[in-house]
Amino acid sequence: MSARDEILGRIRAALRDVPATETPADIAVDRPAPAAASPADVDTFVERVADYRARVVRCTPDELAAHIAAECTGRVLVPADLPTELWPAGAVPDHALPVTELDDVDAVLTTAALGIAETGTIVLDHDPGQGRRAATLVPDRHVCIVRADQVVPDVPSAIAKLDPTRPQTWISGPSATSDIELDRVEGVHGPRNLVVLLLG
Amino acid sequence: MSRTFLGTPAFPEAARSALANTQLRRNLAHATSTIRAKRAAVVGEVAEWERLRRAGAALKDRTLRHLDTYLQQLEESLTRAGATVHWARDAAEANRIVVDVARRHGTDEVVKVKSMVTAEIGLNDALAAAGITAWETDLAELIVQLGDDLPSHILVPAIHRNRSEVREIFLREMGRYGRPAPADLSDVPAELAAAARAHLREKFLRSRVAVSGANFAVAETGTLAVVESEGNGRMCLTLPEVLISVVGIEKLVPTWADLEVFLQLLPRSSTGERMNPYTSLWTGVTPGDGPQEVHVVLLDNGRTQVLADEVGRQALRCIRCSACLNVCPVYERTGGHSYGSVYPGPIGAILTPMLRGVGADAQVDSLPYASSLCGACFEVCPVRIDIPEVLVHLRAEVVDSHRGHPSAQNAAMAAAAWTLGDARRTSVAERVACAVGKLLRRTRRRAPGGRATLGALPGPAARWADARDVPIPAPESFRAWWARTDGGRTEQQ
Ligand code: SF4
Repeated sequence: MSARDEILGRIRAALRDVPATETPADIAVDRPAPAAASPADVDTFVERVADYRARVVRCTPDELAAHIAAECTGRVLVPADLPTELWPAGAVPDHALPVTELDDVDAVLTTAALGIAETGTIVLDHDPGQGRRAATLVPDRHVCIVRADQVVPDVPSAIAKLDPTRPQTWISGPSATSDIELDRVEGVHGPRNLVVLLLG
Repeated sequence: MSRTFLGTPAFPEAARSALANTQLRRNLAHATSTIRAKRAAVVGEVAEWERLRRAGAALKDRTLRHLDTYLQQLEESLTRAGATVHWARDAAEANRIVVDVARRHGTDEVVKVKSMVTAEIGLNDALAAAGITAWETDLAELIVQLGDDLPSHILVPAIHRNRSEVREIFLREMGRYGRPAPADLSDVPAELAAAARAHLREKFLRSRVAVSGANFAVAETGTLAVVESEGNGRMCLTLPEVLISVVGIEKLVPTWADLEVFLQLLPRSSTGERMNPYTSLWTGVTPGDGPQEVHVVLLDNGRTQVLADEVGRQALRCIRCSACLNVCPVYERTGGHSYGSVYPGPIGAILTPMLRGVGADAQVDSLPYASSLCGACFEVCPVRIDIPEVLVHLRAEVVDSHRGHPSAQNAAMAAAAWTLGDARRTSVAERVACAVGKLLRRTRRRAPGGRATLGALPGPAARWADARDVPIPAPESFRAWWARTDGGRTEQQ
């Protein structure tokens, strides 16, 4: 018998006490509903991102270019499909660069899919403007543009908006470890610096 | 360079030597009290925490009671998304599958994300036997691996090491396996982390095969999730060409929407954060992004045996947050190694005997006794596993499997099992303690300090009481004592 059939057989034998007529829906799941969006969400988002010791800068569309220039110095990786008006002076477009070259840039600039206020999380689903997964991982500094209208109140609201067929990276602050005597250290393998430019 | 838990003495003996290690006790007390406080603060922020816990428990029950259906659905979704699905009855079969895939790619090394399931099956040793080196990439796992040591905590496996020990290990060992630590390395944690970053980066950039576990697997979509802090998970899940994920069959959740419950429960219960730094979600293969060959190994290895136990089944809800370890008075004092298993603490005390079977091994049989039945683990468990109920149930099974040695303990435990069969937990656990205490008061003796302690106990409990003087449980309920002495800390000092 194949391992598959044997395991499924063992499961059916183990569940002999479950009535044959029972369906998954018979087990009621009562869960909290997603929170209603509120104008305070953006403030909460900013405060909670900062709680993780990430840098958050709020700006208007007019100020954006100046902030990009200030935060993105040196050689800055950009997804090739990031709108060119956002590219900083030292932009290095990512045309499937080998990973060793990703290790050579000073920063990466991307947009995001959404932000979660309650947890201070940025979600990338690696759609245009957000780069492939390696692009926001290997460089030591990640500058991420989030629009205020992309901020949702909580995790259930985020899950409802996201497409599970897309790969996703949920980012809550810079990479961190507490493995040595529980002392928090920002920055192990992912970007040690995270900057969020909150637009609007 | 890896050790296993095989040959660990039964819990009481192992606990005795751990108790004598003051460094370990100090580190553990600091770690567990810090994480406890952080957890309490972020759980307190969620108005509907209790409703969320119940939803988590119900979703896992729904999955487990229809596991065959959901596993087949997961297999279909994964296959549709371009992944290759394998099934493994036991550790040997799972290891063989991983070794075969790695061999097919002609690699002599793989990078690994911290995963309890690959520790459970002893994958690193199996790879080593095939001439393939497995690099652990989580900072704590790296410390454990370089120190030729064993993990002691689910979440912070190197919590038994302090910074100067970590510095020594890095200075001594890193150069043997790759980029050496800088000669002037200090013991400042940020510098130690930077040394690990540099040491592992070359391995991430060149490795072609990665091995991971998964925190969740979504049946409906075939999405796998890995929740982490350091970014080593993202490195492994993103950079190599080939990804092999070993997933216990209990990791399933039915739908994408169900993740909303677990992505709220897990980080708050685990590291005491609103959200962990990184969560990666991937569904099979994404052209042009990440590994282009994705394997998922669905592992039984005793889980169907746990599923068959109607009382113990709930242990399969576990999302490995480690909250129960951090509140456990026994764990806090003895540390993870005493449990002789990859799964330490209260969850390990129920899961290990059920995965391995009761009655065959004295070490395993001693685990259900590594508890005072205080119930703190149940209160913090994000999926409401009634660990005390399962402990008492397993004690009865241990006693049954050792029939032929009738004793007061047998009678007390049979009574306990009966009591817990139809009554609720907290006050019941106290009543059980009283009942056991009454039977055992006959054998009481005085400890040097004048505190009444249990003398020789019959059965497996004898080994437990031998190791330390167990206070007789009646005069004050455990919960009252816990509150009065801050979990025993003020009493001990
Ligand atoms: S038993 Fe509960 S508290 Fe313990 S690790 Fe599992 S989910 Fe967490």
